[in-house]
Amino acid sequence: MSADVASLLATDVTPSQVADLSTTDCRGAWSATLAELAADDRSLVAVVNDSVGSSKLGDFVDRFPGQVVNVGIAEQTMVGVAAGLSGGGLTPFVSAASCFLTARAMEQIKADLVYSGRPVVLCGMSPGVAYGELGPTHHSLEDIAWLRALPGMTVVVPADPVETAAAIRWAHGHDGPAFVRVSRMPVPTLFRPDHAFEPGKANLLHAGNDVTVIANGTTVSVALQAAGLLADRGIGLRVLSMASVQPLDQEAVLAAATETGGIVTVEESTVRGGLGGAVAELVVSHRPAPMRMLGINHYDHPDSAEGLIAGAGLTPLGIADAAAALIDR
Amino acid sequence: MPIPITLAPVARPVALDGVELAASLSETARQIRIQDLTMVRHAGAGHIGGDFSAIDILTVLHGAVLDIAPDQADDPDRDRFILSKGHVAGAYYATLAAYGFLPVAQLATFLQPGTALGGHPDRQAVPAVEANTGPLGHGLPIGVGLAIAARLTERPYRVFVLVGDGELQEGSNWEAMITAAHHRLSNLTVIVDRNRLQQGARVEDTSGLEPLADKATAFGWQAITVDGHDHGQLVEVLSGPPMDGRPRFVIAETHKGHPISYMSDNVAWHHKVPDSDEFATALDELGAQVERIPT
Repeated sequence: MSADVASLLATDVTPSQVADLSTTDCRGAWSATLAELAADDRSLVAVVNDSVGSSKLGDFVDRFPGQVVNVGIAEQTMVGVAAGLSGGGLTPFVSAASCFLTARAMEQIKADLVYSGRPVVLCGMSPGVAYGELGPTHHSLEDIAWLRALPGMTVVVPADPVETAAAIRWAHGHDGPAFVRVSRMPVPTLFRPDHAFEPGKANLLHAGNDVTVIANGTTVSVALQAAGLLADRGIGLRVLSMASVQPLDQEAVLAAATETGGIVTVEESTVRGGLGGAVAELVVSHRPAPMRMLGINHYDHPDSAEGLIAGAGLTPLGIADAAAALIDR
Repeated sequence: MPIPITLAPVARPVALDGVELAASLSETARQIRIQDLTMVRHAGAGHIGGDFSAIDILTVLHGAVLDIAPDQADDPDRDRFILSKGHVAGAYYATLAAYGFLPVAQLATFLQPGTALGGHPDRQAVPAVEANTGPLGHGLPIGVGLAIAARLTERPYRVFVLVGDGELQEGSNWEAMITAAHHRLSNLTVIVDRNRLQQGARVEDTSGLEPLADKATAFGWQAITVDGHDHGQLVEVLSGPPMDGRPRFVIAETHKGHPISYMSDNVAWHHKVPDSDEFATALDELGAQVERIPT
């Protein structure tokens, strides 16, 4: 790789290094960042639904007892209360299992936050199939599609702990509603410590001009591994990390549609309305290009999260094969 | 024909109390009813039944209870009012106009294309509105958040939420009631517009709420029942300090369509629009000068 290309990349990690990296859950980085912000901003309030433990907020509660509102197991009230706290001049960060936060409180998110113009940050914990064997009731495959349907809602799906922390720092200064998906699946750290989140900006993780993979969340490191497999087949894979599902990096997507043979999207969620849907909507209306959309679109039998992800083909080989097939190679 | 304006703004009767205050509020409520009826008649839509059950409560709150002012809409210490039964927006707009929060002339835009005064209140378009309500069961959780925020920020403001009685069938209210009692939110008052009618039938025949006061008490609230059309009683209860560390649950006994003879307590008038004769009759019963208001 030339120095010029390397300078464009948002990571120092190469495809062959990914498998050897240690992995961590993103929730630790999330709660540490929230505590760091809360220490300087007494208006910051964590709003939870008995989700202190599952949000890794135990230390936060000990350090900032006056900056936590626990409404109990009551998601509609949790989001309504957050709207009220915002109206009272506070800066609420709502944290709950993504499946319950988004599905149960959807009308409050729509009316009390978005339509009412309340800049509350929603942190969807343990999304996708992270709850594995607990089954589809606890999986959150639809959250991205639901939240993306709301005008003005920024939807962020960070790929690693560094990007999770960066997204939370950005959200703290954002004057509008935002949803940040916080993974509990252990993932390798790809981004450099000074990585900043910017809405509407994709990050290039691997350069290539034959075909493009656009991924986010837990699938980004898997996509990077796929670039290694395709390099062995002589195929140059462009890997874009698209944490910002809304707004989308239109320029990067349309460049990929023009400059490479097609686009594969990969996400730990349903493609219907998710990252796949978002990219497809843009591509089909501006620069039609071949696409494949990989995700998890059905309710499967209980299995480990890893088993469900592998079963859906969200593996280095599954992604590599989908990308190669797209360009008939 | 544009919506006629019948209402003239009035000053808040701050210097009055007792019988004189009640009389002033009663007269303003009468004027608000005349204007609201005219808006519904001429816009051809609205929720006149619920409007008329809530107008006395809205008038008392804005005329004598809430510590808010048109020129201090962003004061962090202002009292907060949330109209959870957002469909009575017409009554709310007329009340806001009566006390100077909106120009009365703006009421002519009620439900017109592009208006700020739509079928449900929009806080980013209408002064004094704190939440965009309409879907039922949203106002009380927001009010709980505002009341907790007052506690956390050590601000003195009070929070009032007006809910419909049929609205209490929404479970989110009861979630929020648990939370409010747990936090001992004595700065929070919910007022139930207990008109006993919902859109399709009587509340007690649909999914009954009784014994409502006992339920509120069991949830840890202080329950008080008042005549929701008696301005003096409403002032006394809503202005009074909380008696203890509990939030207040004020059951305001009202009649949908009050005081119009053919509307009162009649389920048909949830969102019916009066025809020309009905409009004239209602104006007459409200003591309006019928000949001056086009029908």
